[in-house]
Parts: sequence; structure tokens; C-alpha cells
Amino acid sequence: MCLAIPTQVTEIDAEGLATVELGGVTRKVSLVLTPEARVGDYVLVHTGYAISLMDPEEAEASLEAFAELARIQEELEREDALRATWGSQPAS
Amino acid sequence: MKFIDEFRDPDLARRLISQIRREVAAHPTVRPVRLMEFCGGHTHAIFHYGLRQTLEGDVELRSGPGCPVCVTASRDLDTAMALSGAQPDVILATFGDMVRVPGSRGTLQELRAGGADVRIVYSPLDALALAQANPDREVIFLGVGFETTAPGVAAAVLQAEKVGTPNFSVLSLHKLTPPAMRAILDAGEVALDGIIGPGHVSAVIGSDAWSFLPADYGIPCAVAGFEPLDLLGAIAALVHAVAEGTPGVFNTYGRSVPPAGNLTAMRMLDQVFDVRAAAWRGFGEIPRSGLVLNAAYAHRDAARRFPVEATDTPEPKGCRCGEVLRGVIEPSACGLFRRVCTPRNPVGPCMVSAEGACAAFYKYGE
Amino acid sequence: MSEKASQGISESANRRPEPRILLAHGSGGELSRELIRDVFARAFDNPLLNAMGDSAVLGELPPGRVALTTDSYVVQPLFFPGGDIGELAVCGTVNDLAVMGARPMYLTAGFILEEGLPVDDLKRIVASMATTARSAGVLIVTGDTKVVDRGAADGIFINTAGVGVIPPGIDLGPHRLQPGDAILVNGTIGDHGLAVMMQREGLTFGSALESDTAPLNGLIETLLAALPDRVHWMRDATRGGVATVLNEWVEAADVGIALTEAQIPVREEVRAACEFLGLDPLYAANEGKVIVAVEGASVEAALAVLQAHPLGRDAAAIGHVTEAHRGRVTLETPYGARRILQMLTGAQLPRIC
Repeated sequence: MCLAIPTQVTEIDAEGLATVELGGVTRKVSLVLTPEARVGDYVLVHTGYAISLMDPEEAEASLEAFAELARIQEELEREDALRATWGSQPAS
Repeated sequence: MKFIDEFRDPDLARRLISQIRREVAAHPTVRPVRLMEFCGGHTHAIFHYGLRQTLEGDVELRSGPGCPVCVTASRDLDTAMALSGAQPDVILATFGDMVRVPGSRGTLQELRAGGADVRIVYSPLDALALAQANPDREVIFLGVGFETTAPGVAAAVLQAEKVGTPNFSVLSLHKLTPPAMRAILDAGEVALDGIIGPGHVSAVIGSDAWSFLPADYGIPCAVAGFEPLDLLGAIAALVHAVAEGTPGVFNTYGRSVPPAGNLTAMRMLDQVFDVRAAAWRGFGEIPRSGLVLNAAYAHRDAARRFPVEATDTPEPKGCRCGEVLRGVIEPSACGLFRRVCTPRNPVGPCMVSAEGACAAFYKYGE
Repeated sequence: MSEKASQGISESANRRPEPRILLAHGSGGELSRELIRDVFARAFDNPLLNAMGDSAVLGELPPGRVALTTDSYVVQPLFFPGGDIGELAVCGTVNDLAVMGARPMYLTAGFILEEGLPVDDLKRIVASMATTARSAGVLIVTGDTKVVDRGAADGIFINTAGVGVIPPGIDLGPHRLQPGDAILVNGTIGDHGLAVMMQREGLTFGSALESDTAPLNGLIETLLAALPDRVHWMRDATRGGVATVLNEWVEAADVGIALTEAQIPVREEVRAACEFLGLDPLYAANEGKVIVAVEGASVEAALAVLQAHPLGRDAAAIGHVTEAHRGRVTLETPYGARRILQMLTGAQLPRIC
């Protein structure tokens, strides 16, 4: 619901407190809910805790899916424009 | 900013919008596709990026009760306020969202102006630190929030036990979201074609937790993140499912949401809390929808440790927060909206909370 | 007694507690005079102040209309990245005069000190004020000091008043706003508000995010000299941010203002800090930013003048005045929609939700 932001773990101190970073801003958070997180990992942070270990591959996959969709849409838009110019009904 | 900027790409957003419009146009009988975004954060984001306006006519978006501040029962807020005044040494630590909500005798902010020690914290760990820094004071943390927030509170309770901080307790008003979702659908007051599922709650409970929506209610659910591409991707998946008649759970926030959720977090909830019925503003009591500290941690339960008198307070006259929360009406249908109830003079919590539907409609609407 | 013991005693005698402000510093007696002489007069040092009269005599002012402004400064923490309450006090008052088209000339400085304030902190703050006043070309000519009981003030409260002169021929105000006017800002927004919030909320930064506190009179004078009559109105965007100023403008002038989100300059650290805290940079405070309405045809020329100045390097055109939606400020999002930008109600509280 709530405000949670994606950050990268840059340091984990002796007590298990992690320093996380987003856009040059850093904060200390607890990894008690994501004990498997390591330096370099990305975690979702909410109220002082990392609540989820993020999956960069999934992120990549999502973006690729969007890009593919964009390509398809662009094709469809070009086809519509052609039909509109050359007279036959646009696909609807 | 990684994982944020890429999901705000305007060109990709435009294409997604085209796709949604195209799909709806190809299946005119479904128009407008009526979706509920359960989560207050989604309501806010949808307005903030102008998506509501952009999809008008093709997709209708109805706000749900996913605003933990908004669904806090008046009686519970009064209990919190009474606790603050219960003993002179109480420090009431709370998230910022709660301080302006009106109870029957004013707000926490007003209580503070009158001399009560109310502190805004960003994390339950800050409240625990307050207890450690002030051993002669009783620190009560006001626990508001859904499954995103409750595990952190459980962790703070466990930490308090571990380091031996006796003067830290929690008033748990935490609530669970799937039961509220069921309550809305069971009430049958609003016809919905699909649900945009809460992204950060699902990071904890898993996208699989929403499989009851297609299974029991025959409607699709798309778990969504909070950036424009996340929301549009979820809406596109739902529109497609509605057009094709293929309900299912679509996890469009895979980078943050595992299908099975965060087991460590859920184990911690299990260790510290019991599930009970809870009072939800606008719904009355919903069975098995609230978290209370269990017997092992009763000594950390502020409600049991400092019993206070709290009476049932009637809803303010004319306030229709309940219907807004159940998705029955839009804020503009409430007679008080904008005329009497404004962010400066809020009557109900939906106008006060940053995630409240009324606040969002007021702030962004016309 | 043994050598070691006596050495211990003299060491602890030399380790004096750090000097602090006492109630007596505000009572008008010996300690007050010492404080004024050693701290304030020494730092602000100018003939008008040094006369130490009950009032400063300003003498004849240059031709034009006299402008007068006042402000009180209660910022916490007293010292923040990029500035302190002293620098803020001078800049705030200088800027209030400058945006009216006035040349700021003389400032007053009233201090309410909390008993227990370390004198070193006071000296640092006063030194900041002196430096800033010198760089802005203004003189601090009179002041006052009071001390209140411990707990009755947050370390230090400062009040300043400023006098300036608006040269003949300068005409700025809501009556000059026209549809087609461009809305400019001299740089990135939200820096001050977020720098202070971050300090309070325990965020830190890899790269330095600093408050933008700065005196803008030099920049503004340059702009007015370059484009006389084509600058229509100005305002500094302090508490409540850019969105608040523009909402005040549309109400005062009965026009609409349309902004384009993609054109608004925001530093990455400010964006990131806003993500952490759930805040919006359009509502965050600035202490070195001026919003300028210029005649539409002069927007390129105005930007060139601003960008040539150290305090205007990141200047940008962020929107324009319109006949549409009078009384409202709108923001075009990158997603093809225009939404309303409301006035802020209450303080921006950090959100969890």
C-alpha cells in the first residue's frame, strides 16, 4: 500500500544493519525480514526494513515485454495510418 | 533512479495506453471496464500520473479500502488518544499519516499541542530507540498498516524482547487485506470486472494469495507496482482478461513480488500475532481480519497493559467514508465533499490521509 | 599533595565547560554589552551600527519607492548542509526586497536566545550573517538581544527587517501578468526543503545535497537591467514551494498557469529523497530560487541572462500564463494528461503510506 522504494545494499555492518542507496541518497535499514540479502542486492524498503529481495531479471523481463508491446503497437499504428491514407477501412 | 525511472518511460506508457484503448474498442461490450484499485497508494499514483483522465471512457477505476488510516475505526483512534493521556509518562509514537485524523475528541496533533507527548516516527525501530533512550517513560507504538507494515512491527517487538527493553509496547490496529477484498465482493454493492492488487502487501503475502479472486469470484487480479508502466501493464492485463473471459492472477510486479511472498516476514507475523476479527471503518466487523499480539507477547500489548475506556462513537453526520471505502460511491457523491469536508477541515479519515480517496479526488480533481 | 594529583586538579580546572548564553546576557547589563561588542558589533562592523544609538540613522535614501519587509527564522536544525539559520535570515530578507524590484540596503537583526545556547554556535551564526550581508551588499545596522529560559526557544530565533529602494520605472505585480507570459525559475527546486528534511529524518547522501540558500539581489538586478519592463512579476519560492507561489499568483491575477512537468528542474538527490519520504518537490521549500514571469517573446533572452549568472546556471522555463482555467495551476504529466496542482494544505508530513 504503502510507500516502499527500491534501493541497493551498499554495506552491511557488524550488527546486520544495512546501508541502502537510491539516487545518491542513503539510509540505514534492518535486514531482519530479508536475511538473505547481500551487498550489491536490491531490496524494497518500507518503514526502516527491507521487506523484499528484488529480482533484476524479472525487472528486465517486464521491460522487455513492454518494449515488445510497444513495437507491436507501433506496427498497428502504422498500418492504421496507411489504411487511412489509401482509403480502405482502418482495423478497429 | 534504478527500478523507478525505467518504469516511468513516457513512450512505453503511451503505447500501453494505445493497446488498452485498442483492446477495449475491439470488444465494445466490455466498455467501460470497471476495475478497483484496492490500494490507496495506487489511487494516489493513478491521479498523480494523470492515468485516470487518460483512460476515461475505456476504463473506470474505483478506489478500494486499501488505506490503513482510513479504515481505522473511530473507537480505535479514541483508544490510542486515551492511551496517550492515560499516564503522564507515556510517549505515543506514530506514523505521520495518523496525526491529523479526527477522533471523537480531536486529533493526535491537537493532543500534542495540548501537551501530550506524541512523536512522529518513520519506523517502529525509531519507537524502540525512543524507549531505550527514555527508560523512565512508557513508549507506546501505534501500529497502523497492512501486511506490508506489520512484519516490521513484529520484528520490533522481537527485538525489544531480545535486548530487554521493558518500556516498549504496541497498540496493534494492523489489518489483513484479503478478507476486506472478500467483504466488498460478498456485499455485492459494486459490480467489478477486475482488481488491481496491492503491490507491496503482495511483496509480503505473495501474488498467489489473490488466487481466490478468479477461483471464487470469477474475476481477474493483476498485482501492480506503483510506477506508470506498472499500473498500465496491470490494467492492460486485466482488460485483456476481461475481453477474453480468462480470469486469473497476473503478477505484473514480478521484480518485487514473489508468487509465494516473503516467508521470513510471514513467519515473524505468525510468531508475534494472532488473527482476530477487527472493526473496519465503513465495514463494521470483518472476521479474521485483524492482528493482535498473542499470549506470548501480551506484556507488549498496550491495550492489555493499559486498559482504557473507549466508547463507540457514531460516524460524523453526513460522512459517507464507509461507502467510499467499499467502492460504492466516488467521493464527489458525498454531500460534504468539498463543501464542508476539505483537507483543512476534514470530517472523515478519507479526506485526511494522503492515501485516502477523498483526499486524492480533492487534490487532483476538479 | 602528590604531583600527579595537583596536575589532575589544574587539568580539570583548565577543562572549562564550553561558554553558554546566560539569562544575564539579555538583561542589559555588563554581560549584554560584552556580548553585543564582542559578538555582534565585531562581526557586523559598519559605521551606522558602530554609532550604537537606540536607532540607526539611515539618512537620505536614493530616489525611488521605499520598501520594507520583515521575517522571523526558527529553522531546526540550526546548522544544515549548505547553510545555517544566520545565512537564511539575511538571504530571506534580502530576497523579499529583491523580488519587489528593490535594491536591499539596510537590515535589522533581533535575536531571541535560549539560555544554554553555546556561544560558539552563536558566533558561527553571526559570522554567517556577516559574510552573507557583505556578499549581498547590505549593512546590518541595528539589532536587539533577549534571552529566554532554557526550553522557551529552540536555541535561537532570529527576526530581521529590511529596507530597500525600488528605482523609478520598475513596475512589477499581478496586474502585469498576461496570458502568454513565460514562467521561469532560476534553478533546481526543493533543494533546501529536502536538505533540511533529510537531516531531520536521518537520511544521508553519497554526493552532497545542500540547501540553496543564497542572496538573489545580484541576479535579479542583472535581469531587470537587461530586460527592463519585460519582467512582469517575481516571487521567491520559500515555504510551500513553487506550487504555493503559483497558486497565490493565479488567485491574485485571475489567470491560469500551465506547467510542464518534464521542464521542471529537479536534482536527482532531491527526487530520491522525495521517494524516501513520500514528498513532492513542487511543495518543498527553497531559499535561493525566484520565480519570474516574463513577456513570452523574451523568454530566450531572459534565460540567457539567468544562465550566465552563477545563481542561474540551471534556469529553465517551466510553464506559461494562460486564459484557460483561470484561478488554477495545472501540470502536464509526461503521460498525456494535465492535472491540477493544488495549494498545499497543512505541512507536508513524511508518509509511510
